[in-house]
Amino acid sequence: MGPQHPMTHGLWNLRIKVDGETIVDAEPEIGYLHRGYEKIMEVREFQKNVVLTDRLCYVSSITWSHAYCLACEELMDVEVPPRGQYLRVITLELQRIASHLMWLAAYGPDLGLLTALLWALRERELFLDLLQLISGARMNQNWPRIGGVRNDAPPDFDQYCRKVIAHFRKKMDEYANVFEQSKLFQVRTVGVGRISREDAMDWGVTGPNLRACGARIDLREMDPYDAYPEIEFEPAVARDGDSYARYKVRMEELKTSCDLIERALDKLPAGPYRAKQPRRAEGEAFRRTEDSRGEALFYVIGDGDDRPYRVKIRSPIFSTMFAAPLMMRGNKVADVVAIMGSIDVCVGEIDK
Amino acid sequence: MSGHLIDLLGWSEVLAGFVLWLLSLPFRLVSWIVNSIGSTPRNPLDDFVGWLTGPDLTAFVAVIVAVNLVLLWATAFHLLIIMWIERKMYSRLQDRRGIMIGLGSFDILRRTLGRIPLIGRPFRRPSHLGTGFLQTVADGVKLFQKEVITPATADKWMFHAAPVMIASSTLLLFVAIPWSDGFWIMGSPGADGPVNPYGILVILAAFGVAPLGILIAGWASNNKYTLLGGMRAAAQLMSYEIPLVLSIIAVVFLSRSLDPFAIVRDQSRLLAIGGVTVPFLPNWYVFHPVLWIAFIVFFITIIAEAERIPFDIPEAEAELVEGWTTEYSGMRFGIVFGFKWLRALAGAALIVILFFGGWDGPVFTTVYVPNIATLGVGTVPVPILFQEFWFTVKVYIVFIVFVWIAWSVPRVRIDQILNIGWRTLVPLSVLAILLAALARGVNWL
Amino acid sequence: MAGDGEFLAALRDRFGAALRDLSLVRDRVIRLAIDRKDLVAVCKFLKEKFDVEHVTCITAVDWRDHFESVYHLTSWKRNVMIQVNASIPHDDPRIDSITPLWNGANVHEREAYDLMGIVYDGHPNLTRILLPKDYEFHPLRKDFPQELDRQYVSRRKIGGG
Repeated sequence: MGPQHPMTHGLWNLRIKVDGETIVDAEPEIGYLHRGYEKIMEVREFQKNVVLTDRLCYVSSITWSHAYCLACEELMDVEVPPRGQYLRVITLELQRIASHLMWLAAYGPDLGLLTALLWALRERELFLDLLQLISGARMNQNWPRIGGVRNDAPPDFDQYCRKVIAHFRKKMDEYANVFEQSKLFQVRTVGVGRISREDAMDWGVTGPNLRACGARIDLREMDPYDAYPEIEFEPAVARDGDSYARYKVRMEELKTSCDLIERALDKLPAGPYRAKQPRRAEGEAFRRTEDSRGEALFYVIGDGDDRPYRVKIRSPIFSTMFAAPLMMRGNKVADVVAIMGSIDVCVGEIDK
Repeated sequence: MSGHLIDLLGWSEVLAGFVLWLLSLPFRLVSWIVNSIGSTPRNPLDDFVGWLTGPDLTAFVAVIVAVNLVLLWATAFHLLIIMWIERKMYSRLQDRRGIMIGLGSFDILRRTLGRIPLIGRPFRRPSHLGTGFLQTVADGVKLFQKEVITPATADKWMFHAAPVMIASSTLLLFVAIPWSDGFWIMGSPGADGPVNPYGILVILAAFGVAPLGILIAGWASNNKYTLLGGMRAAAQLMSYEIPLVLSIIAVVFLSRSLDPFAIVRDQSRLLAIGGVTVPFLPNWYVFHPVLWIAFIVFFITIIAEAERIPFDIPEAEAELVEGWTTEYSGMRFGIVFGFKWLRALAGAALIVILFFGGWDGPVFTTVYVPNIATLGVGTVPVPILFQEFWFTVKVYIVFIVFVWIAWSVPRVRIDQILNIGWRTLVPLSVLAILLAALARGVNWL
Repeated sequence: MAGDGEFLAALRDRFGAALRDLSLVRDRVIRLAIDRKDLVAVCKFLKEKFDVEHVTCITAVDWRDHFESVYHLTSWKRNVMIQVNASIPHDDPRIDSITPLWNGANVHEREAYDLMGIVYDGHPNLTRILLPKDYEFHPLRKDFPQELDRQYVSRRKIGGG
C-alpha cells in the first residue's frame, strides 16, 4: 500500500503479506522523503539550522527546533533566561495541541468519519493563529533560538491565549463525544493493533504510543527541561495498548496541554528572553525532548568551527514505524488504516 | 388522497403519436406522389403508413418514449438535485459553505443579464453566497470532456459491460417504481387505479442485478485494489439482500399485496390498530408498532445496499482509493458514480412506498389550468398539492436522513458489516415476520 | 545523584581497563568510550545489571582517522541515559550488532550502515533504509563531497578567517 495512497499521510510504502483478509506480515519502506538533513546541517552555521529543523516534522515544527536548540545550548553551555523558558513551554504546548489536532483530522477520515477532518482543522486554525501572533508564522515558525527565543510575546498574547483555551476546552468535549459515543468507532479501534508494553519498550516505541501501553513515561516529567520542572502536570496514560488507547492518550494530552499552558501563563516572569550564544563550539552534547510523537533526540558534535561537525536526529516515529508490523499481525487489511492512523506518522521526521 | 399531475403513459402516447406521425410524413409524401402518378387508389405504402400510425405501434413506442422520459427525468432532474443536496448538506455539517457556483459566478452574465431589475436577481448574487447548483452541471461537463481510458490489461468486454449493467439495472428500478397514480410505466390500468401485481418483486430483482455488475467491474479492471473492492461489495450487497426481502415480507403481511399501487392505496385510509381508529393519522405502515423492527431493518439494509457510509467499505477511500470504480475515467466513471446515487434514491423511494404512504398526501385545493393537449380549450384540474410533489418531498427527506447519517459516523469494517448483516439483521427480520404474522393471525391489523 | 556514583563504580569494576573514558556528563547521564571489541560485553552488562530496555539512538560519526558508533541507551526504570562511544578503525568499518539484545537497534543500525557505511555483524537485515537500494555511496562520510553554496559562506570564511 503506497507510496501514493490516501492512507499514508506522507510518502511511505507498506508491503503487507495477506492470507485472505488477515495480515501475516508487514514491512514499511521509507526514504521517499529523504532530504539529506544531517549532511546539510554540517554546512550551515548553528543558528541557521533552526530553519531546517522546523521542517523535519512540519506539523509540529516548534518542538523540533526547540530540541535542536536545547542540544546546542548543552554544547555551548548557554543558559536560557526564565522568561525564554516559559515562553518556550507555552509555544511547545500550543504546537503539541496543533499537532494532535492534525492527527485527529487525519484519523477521522481514515476510519470513514470525514466530518472530523473539518472540525479538527477548524480548531487547529485557532492555535495556528496564536502561533502566528507570537512568532509571525503559522507553520515552520523559525522561532526558537539557541539561548532563548527570537522575540517576545506581544502584550495581548496572554488574553488571546486564555480565550482560545477556554473555547477549546468546551469543543474538546464535543469532539470526544462524536468519536466515543459512536459504537462504530469503538468497534473499529478497541482491540485493534494491540502491542504489549515489553514489546513496545524493546522496539523503541516512545511517547503517546508507549503511554497507551500502560507505561507512565513522559520525558517532560522524567527528564524535564526548560520550565517544566516548575510546572506540575499529570501525564496521560492508558492501559490496553490498542488503537483506542492511543486515541484516548492523545485526547487526554490535549487537556494536559491546556492545563500546562494556563499554568505557564500564570507563572510567566518578566525579563530577558534570549541569552547571547557563542559563535563557535567544540565538544559533543545531546538532549532529548518529549516531541508530540515521542522521544526526539539531537546529538550535536562541534569541532571548534562555527558549524556543527555532526548532527544526529532521532525521530520517535522512525522506531515506532518499524514496530508497527507487530501491531498489525493478526488483524485485517481494513485495520491497517486504523492502526497506522493511531500511531500518528509524520514522514518528514522519519526520512530526514 | 390527492390526485396526480402527470399522466406519464398518456402523455407518452401523445408524444409517441406525434413522433410517429412525423416519421410517417416522408412515406405519406411518397405515397401521394405514387398515387397521383399511378392509378391504383391504394398501395402498400398506405398500409405501411397505417401501421406506422396505428394504435399498436403507438402504444409500443409510447412505452419506449416513457422510459426515455424517465431516464431523462432521473438524470437531469433527480441526479442534479440529490448531488446538490448531498454536497451542500454535508458541507454545512462540516461547518463550511460548500459548493457555490451559481448563476452569479459568470461575470458575463452578471454584466448583461444582471442589469435586468427583477429577473436578473440570481445573476447578481455574490460569489461567496452562491447556491451551487451549477457545480453539479460543471462536474458533468468536466466528466464528459475527460479522456476515457481503458486499462490495457483489463478485460475489455467485461470492463465495458459493467457500467452498462449497473446503469440499466438502476434505470429498471426507476421504471418499476411508480411516482404517482399516473406517473408509472410498469403496470396496467385497473378499476381503482393502476395495478402491478408483482411490482415489489421486480424492484427487488432490479436491486439484485447491481452486485453482479459491481463484481464484474472490480474483477475486469485487473487491479488488486478494485478486485478487493469488488469482492467486498459483492459479499456485502448479496448478504444484505436477505434481510431486505425478509423485512418486506413482514410488510406484506399487513398490505396483503406485492403491488406498490395497492400498498399506497392501503396507506391512505385512516390509521386503525386493533379496531381503534386514530382520527388524524393516515395508515402509514411506519405508525404500526408491529412493523417498527421491520422498518429499522429495512432502513439499515437500504443504506447498505446503496453503499453509503457507514457501509461504504467497497469504496473506502482511505484504503482502496475509489474501490471498484478506480479504473473508470471520464463519463464512464460519471455513470457508475451517478447511478450509485440514483440507487440510493430508488432505495429511499422504496422506503417511502412501503412505510411512509408513498404519494399519499392531503389536497388543499384544486386549480383549473388550461388543457395543453387540446390547445387551450377546456381546463384540467390540478390538485394542490399533487401526488408527485408529496412523493418527491418524502423521498428527499429520507435521502436527507441518509446523508445526515453518512457524514456523521465512521465506516464499518467488512467482516463487521457481514457480522451485522447475518448475525443481527437476519434474525431481527425473521422476528419481524413472526410479529407481523402473529398480529395478522390475531386479526389485530 | 547518588545512584550515578554506583553506576560508575560498577562499570569501572567490571570493565576497568577496557574503558577509555568514563564520566558523568550531567545528572543521570553517563558517558563511556570503548573499543569496538568490547561493545557486546558492555551492552549485555548494561541490559542485565542496569535494566536498560531502550535504545534511543545509534549514531555513526566519521572522524577522518577513525569511525565512531555512538550508542544512546536509556533505562526507563532507573531514569538513566548512557552514551557509549565505540571507536572503529577507518579501514575496517565493522562492529558487532546489538540488535539481538534490543530490537529497537535494528532501524538505527540500518540507517548508520546506509549513510555511513559501517557494517554491523549479526544484524538480521542489513539493507539500505533511507536511500535507494542500489545506491553506491555512503553520503555522510567526510570524503563524500559537500555541496557548498557560496551564499552561505561569508567572505571572511572563504579567506580563511
